Amino acid sequence: MTEATKLIHKYLRHDKKFPHVWCPGCGIGITLGALIRAIDRIGLKKDDVVLVSGIGCSGRLPVYVDFNTLHATHGRALTFATGVKLAKPKLNVIVIMGDGDATAIGGNHFIHAARRNINLTAIIINNNVYGMTGGQYSPTTPYGMKSTTSVYTNVEQAFKISELAVTAGAVFVGRSTVYHARYLDTLIEKAILKAGFSVVEAISHCHVQYGRQNALGSAVEMLKWQRDHSVDVKKTAKMRPQELDGKVVIGVLVDKELPVYEDEYARIRGIARKDLEKV
Amino acid sequence: MTKERTREIVKKIKKQVLMQGNEAVAEGALQAGCRFFAGYPITPATEISEVLSVRLPQMDGTFIQMEDEISSLGAVIGASLTGVKAMTATSGPGFSLMQEILGFAVIAEVPCVIVNVMRGGPSTGLPTFPAQGDVMQARWGTHGDHPIIVLSASTVRECYEMTIHAFNHSEKYRTPVILLLDEIVAHMREKVMLHGKFEIINRVKPKMPPEWYIPYEDSPTGVPPMADFGEGYRYHVTGLTHDIRGFPTERPEEIRAFNERIFRKISKNMSALSLVEYHDVEDAEIIVVAYGCVVRSAKQAMMEARKQGIRVGILKLLTIWPFARGAVERLLKNAKVLMVPEMNMGQISREVKRVNQGVARVVTLNKIDGTIITPNEILARILEVVQ
Repeated sequence: MTEATKLIHKYLRHDKKFPHVWCPGCGIGITLGALIRAIDRIGLKKDDVVLVSGIGCSGRLPVYVDFNTLHATHGRALTFATGVKLAKPKLNVIVIMGDGDATAIGGNHFIHAARRNINLTAIIINNNVYGMTGGQYSPTTPYGMKSTTSVYTNVEQAFKISELAVTAGAVFVGRSTVYHARYLDTLIEKAILKAGFSVVEAISHCHVQYGRQNALGSAVEMLKWQRDHSVDVKKTAKMRPQELDGKVVIGVLVDKELPVYEDEYARIRGIARKDLEKV
Repeated sequence: MTKERTREIVKKIKKQVLMQGNEAVAEGALQAGCRFFAGYPITPATEISEVLSVRLPQMDGTFIQMEDEISSLGAVIGASLTGVKAMTATSGPGFSLMQEILGFAVIAEVPCVIVNVMRGGPSTGLPTFPAQGDVMQARWGTHGDHPIIVLSASTVRECYEMTIHAFNHSEKYRTPVILLLDEIVAHMREKVMLHGKFEIINRVKPKMPPEWYIPYEDSPTGVPPMADFGEGYRYHVTGLTHDIRGFPTERPEEIRAFNERIFRKISKNMSALSLVEYHDVEDAEIIVVAYGCVVRSAKQAMMEARKQGIRVGILKLLTIWPFARGAVERLLKNAKVLMVPEMNMGQISREVKRVNQGVARVVTLNKIDGTIITPNEILARILEVVQ
């Protein structure tokens, strides 16, 4: 068997009726592949993995994989994940979100999860659009682009998700495109292994909605765009800001150490127990 | 302050102690086995958070203050999925925010307890004044047709006991349970004895090996065993309407079977769920149907009325939803008048009228000025009715 076939047998749910919901050429499948390869490489037990998602195309991802899976409400995946992790810290909790899910309706939860530093891994698939509802503009739709709710072009400025995560205090932030699929594996692996709140942004494409409305071509052409417009973060130091216009910076944006919430709370429990003994 | 105050309660826990309704809720939750609380500060429910922030870490539990009420209930559901009993507490504005995720707990059948200490509304309304305006919101607030269990309390002791009942119901029926208090009951202090005489119910867990586990399979009880995350039973939890394996379905026969089951598991246990108390109803011509702080005034009014020779009794509703239809029907055999005093414009009175079907005379007494309905006001209404 090829490596892919082995992983399919090991990690996909056999009792879930395929085909999946994603359009042919979608980047979510690539991200799912990267996630499975990363988990397999680390050697996590399937029983110890909880995969949480919100709503949208990315929200459907957990249903296909054989972990403890939780398809939460729109924007709130991180809040459910917070409860799971704090109540049972031995579990590896991985959260999959889309750009609208994580930074529009879930934006507040995203920055607070980063600030709190609970040991969660957040993977955000950023395809610049609300795909499942038919291609409306999202917080990451670039200025001047079209969508079904910005047919005269978008007048809002886009969020930079990874930079937002860095500012909000995430201890690990990495960005890749789905074109760089193997690099995405590596980033996800690092993020899962990192103690604290880690973020991986996967720059993806929605050729069916966003691509079509903006005449960006097929999935292959949009993948080629990712290849041609990516810049390794290590090279950016020597580049002028103008040179980075319209580019996607990929790589590890931050990797730092901060006290992890669960460890801190365990310490608080110790103090509280002593307090009770005094009574 | 909370720390010192809580220490005082813990010291006297087996003896009589003067405590507040909100403090009694916190102790009731711990007694019921609650080990996770996520919440957001809001008047008049904040004391529940404060006490549990001290008490939960003492008992190897977890307290977390979230960024809002939506995330609070999200975290509670996440914790419950790992097998830990979990709750949150809020007031009107926060309860409104929780409505979407409340529906998630209903459809995914995740046990949890939500305390809503009612204050005046709508909107920011009257943060420090009592009201009973959320009775219908507790019933129908989340979208989509669904069953729900809502309990209330009229004394500090009942705050303790009904919190335990709330956890027991939520574990037994795999459903969110709402404890609907009001600002008066939550903030007043009474002398209570916190006894541990209650049976504590824990959710049924699967006994079969994981490969045989069908997470949403129907059974005589209609309540499927619930596996904890991380114990080998890897299954899918979703807010989408799902088949017996937990996977999204669009088949009418599976959708119908699912929806019918989540209604049936509640409706077939109506008698066990309907907690009511009768006071002097045997000879009563006028029955006052009351819940929450209004019960206290009703009792005083009843005593005064009886002194004047008017035969008044009380039906106290501890379970608000499902509505205690059987209790009202039983009283209709003798009662000529059903009086429903409420601190809203008439929410439970509609249910009473629906069950009454024109048999007795149903009269209302509504007050929405942020103050309690007094015994004199109820007495005056009784005298008015008699004449």
